[in-house]
Amino acid sequence: MLRRFRLEEPQSVGEISELLGRFGDSAKLYAGGTELLLAMKEGLVHYERLVNVKGIEGLNEVKQHNGAIYIGALCTHHQLETSPVLKQNLPALVKLEENVANVRVRQVGTLGGNLCFAEPHADPGTLLIALEASLTAEKSNGKREIPAESFFVDAYETALEVDEVLTTIAVPIPAKPSGVCYMKFGYLERPSVGVAVVVNLNADRSVVDDIKIAVGCAGPAPMRVPEAEALLKGKSLDEATRNIVQAGETSGRASQAISDLHGAQDYKEHIVGVLLKRAFHSALSQ
Amino acid sequence: MANTMLRRPDVQTVPISFTLNGKLQELDVEPHELLLDVIRERLGLTGVKRSCDVQVCGACTLLVDGRPVSACTTLAFEVRERSVLTIEGLADDGKLHPLQEAFIEHGGFQCGFCTPGMILASKALLDENPDPTEDELKHFMHGNICRCTGYKKIIESIMAAAQKMSSTAR
Repeated sequence: MLRRFRLEEPQSVGEISELLGRFGDSAKLYAGGTELLLAMKEGLVHYERLVNVKGIEGLNEVKQHNGAIYIGALCTHHQLETSPVLKQNLPALVKLEENVANVRVRQVGTLGGNLCFAEPHADPGTLLIALEASLTAEKSNGKREIPAESFFVDAYETALEVDEVLTTIAVPIPAKPSGVCYMKFGYLERPSVGVAVVVNLNADRSVVDDIKIAVGCAGPAPMRVPEAEALLKGKSLDEATRNIVQAGETSGRASQAISDLHGAQDYKEHIVGVLLKRAFHSALSQ
Repeated sequence: MANTMLRRPDVQTVPISFTLNGKLQELDVEPHELLLDVIRERLGLTGVKRSCDVQVCGACTLLVDGRPVSACTTLAFEVRERSVLTIEGLADDGKLHPLQEAFIEHGGFQCGFCTPGMILASKALLDENPDPTEDELKHFMHGNICRCTGYKKIIESIMAAAQKMSSTAR
């Protein structure tokens, strides 16, 4: 059962920020509600006020501009899985979105809400880190860019200040020739391990010019794994292919996997390695 | 009586109007009221079921502007100015929808508890994709759970309805 709360319906980002600043921890921003309302129904959290942000115009669009895709924080998963702009430029993100939870959650759940709630068992953050996305945080008197990599602080905790609002997710379109792949493993709808790879090859596809690796779900927050990237970056394709198993072990150890209902720590670490190898080869085949 | 429920004067209410199964509804809801409770308890339509209560099982599926949502985790005020369809509104003047007929013909249910959600979700599927492959159907419907293990018959029912609907449309 939900307990009573007051509903606030601001009409601008400035108003939202002002409300969040004024009411602090007793207010919570509300968009799709797919995760927040579950926690509230369970009685795990209670807020005196929910600040409904869905009335804010211009935050539910996907736009392409200067080599990047700009995703409004209020875009639903369903919008993203059907976005022609994303299908053309970031098919890996489309595939990820097609497999978030189920059709009803995708219908109302928003990308911004997913990121801000920072539930560890979520997909988008991991891929956005590997894609080097940048998140725009706004408040009444200014805005700043937060790299996806430093957005996730801990389970359910982000780098946002109390009066900051996530408005836009900017994703650079990977330069060609490149491959992007996100793979997950999980029981029912919650992913227990997620791995993302973005690989750039040289012109004749013989050298790994650049690679970004991120792991998520296994530990408290998604993260980039530079020590695994170092085993593959600048290497010939043959050497990188030989090193991928070691990169997988490195990523598994780095994932901060915890033992829980989704699996034991060593099991999750192993799955990270398996998924990294598969995602690497899938990215190469694109 | 539903519209005139007595409430404490200091309690916030949101006036909403929406279309429920084609008929205009106007009522005041509190922000925390769930769509599932308003439809079942205040408006008396019990086709929509409470089951898992965490958006996993699909028994509370309703269509809002033609798209499936979980009524158990939808705040009632969210349907203001929108159109809600429950299983009670699917038949057209007493004539069953082809999906309802197909579920009967092909034995697409046993206990029936998941059936309203199954039929409404599959209606949303066929409205956007009138000729789905079995894989597309399974992907769309995987969030609707049947505990009588009747998936084979359910898939047969939806595929049969799709065929019937597209041949009628032609």
